[in-house]
Amino acid sequence: MGSGIVTQIFQQIVNGLSLGSIYALIALGYTMVYGIIKLINFAHGDIMMVGAYSGWFAITVLHLPFLPALLFSMVACALLGVLIERIAYKPLRNASRIAALITAIGVSLFLEYGGMLLLTAQVRTYPPVFPGTMYIVGGVYFKYGDIVMLITSFVLMALLHFTVQYTKVGKAMRAVSFDQEAALLMGINTNNIISFTFAIGSALAAAAGVLMGVYFNTIDPLMGIIPGLKAFVAAVLGGIGIIPGAMVGGLMLGLIESIVSGFGASTWRDAVAFLILILVLIVKPSGLFGKNVREKV
Amino acid sequence: MGNWFNRKNIVSLLGIVLLYAVVQGLIVQDIMPPFYKLTLIQICIYIILATSLNLINGITGQFSIGHAGFMAIGAYVSAIITAIQHGPLILGLLAGAIVAALAGLLVGLPTLRLKGDYLAIATLGFGEIVRIIFLNTEYVGGAAGFTLPSKITWTWAFGLMALSVILMKNFVGSTHGRACISIRENEIAAESMGVNTTKYKVMAFTMGAFFAGLAGGIYANYFYIIQPMTFNFILSFNILVMVVLGGLGSMTGGIFGAIVMTLASALLAGVPEWRNVITAVLLVLMMIFKPTGIMGTKEFSLNFLGKKSDKNAASKN
Repeated sequence: MGSGIVTQIFQQIVNGLSLGSIYALIALGYTMVYGIIKLINFAHGDIMMVGAYSGWFAITVLHLPFLPALLFSMVACALLGVLIERIAYKPLRNASRIAALITAIGVSLFLEYGGMLLLTAQVRTYPPVFPGTMYIVGGVYFKYGDIVMLITSFVLMALLHFTVQYTKVGKAMRAVSFDQEAALLMGINTNNIISFTFAIGSALAAAAGVLMGVYFNTIDPLMGIIPGLKAFVAAVLGGIGIIPGAMVGGLMLGLIESIVSGFGASTWRDAVAFLILILVLIVKPSGLFGKNVREKV
Repeated sequence: MGNWFNRKNIVSLLGIVLLYAVVQGLIVQDIMPPFYKLTLIQICIYIILATSLNLINGITGQFSIGHAGFMAIGAYVSAIITAIQHGPLILGLLAGAIVAALAGLLVGLPTLRLKGDYLAIATLGFGEIVRIIFLNTEYVGGAAGFTLPSKITWTWAFGLMALSVILMKNFVGSTHGRACISIRENEIAAESMGVNTTKYKVMAFTMGAFFAGLAGGIYANYFYIIQPMTFNFILSFNILVMVVLGGLGSMTGGIFGAIVMTLASALLAGVPEWRNVITAVLLVLMMIFKPTGIMGTKEFSLNFLGKKSDKNAASKN
């Protein structure tokens, strides 16, 4: 019996990590956009939804295998992200933060209900992309899909880390997020860098969308709302604006959720996520990895 | 006492009574189609919601997007009292509003230290938690919701709406209201001038929650059925859209926004998908081209009447 509980716990950890890696991918987009223009991009979860649909389109209509379909949807969403940034957010660069936040809510509603209008509210099933093979290690089940998902997320996160830390564009991104005006004076084209940030964030969200479709098998136009909010919780948990924070926050949130579900309280797991959010905000608003920033008068 | 009965207030009061009487007459005479009556009562509910959110977001300059949560508390508490405990309607409505206000106080005290975006997210999280709690409570029917008799008439809805708006308008015009406005304009400056910012933020938040709870009670006791799904954050967003459309910080703007949005959604009831898309596009365009909303922070007022009476007074002297 004792070993049964241990296996159960390990099983929940495996499930939590695969779910958490999806949250982490979405949270990265939130955190990058927030880090660079201090905007909570509420539409981010819905970009993930568009990514799931473009992946679905690539697999069922274009008959592409998993990897090309993933790339297809990432490119499509990167373009969408840049488009949204240029049309809706750029005119508000110097407006109040509240105006930008409301615009983001507007874009989010537009994507959700535009999607409903275009694709109908009907739930679509994702084709089985992976074989249903299971690997059993010490009584813990590893689904083939889980492993691919974890690997995909970690490869993408490693790529992102490399881009941000070691390339010229990444350096420019860090500069813009540190001080936009100074970056502009140093000859960095801030508008392009901001668009590039949106492109990367949206591409990651698209990858998360495809993985989510594969993981849960069904997609619908409103699927982005709850994962989007939870990924935001993950970003805040890790410290918004901090890239490693989003990764850790996402994985932690996934683990917490699957442990709550493991205790048989799965209907409460969304409430737990939001409770964590409020507690983090009250106790340490800058998140686990955040530094305290003093406000000057 | 004398200045209470100036021409402006008397005209406003007459206008309110006249509006009530005309609609009531049409309802009593059975001329008013039921769909119109439903829309009118909906407008009353949304006016209370929009004005109370305006108190928090527009007047005090905080950013709450969890208004549906307070509305849900008011709706469920009043429904428990009127339908399960068979209490009188007024007691149910009051209890709903008071419990919602208490929840507002409880949430407001710790979270109002947060600024801007963080407060928005905390209130959004609160709204979702409230919804999930009701979803998981079998006593109030869980996901299926629960049914209750419809006791709200036009008289109740309109009377409560008018009373709420007058109370909130007077709050804004009072010393406390001015303190709230000073927080919106510049929190640090307000604090250094001796305004207890935390106190006034919590006060506005609690008051907003109270009226949202009242609106929730009216909603529950009119629509026969309440379900946790109704009070999701799309509803919070809708209320926010009304306030933003009308003008953050303008009471009359909020009322105007509530009327326009409710009428628009009633007109587009046949094509619900289009309704939401249009709302979204409107919101984005509004933010890009006129971020202050239709009214800005200005109020539609009957001042021209007041001025006239001043002039008369002056000419008499």
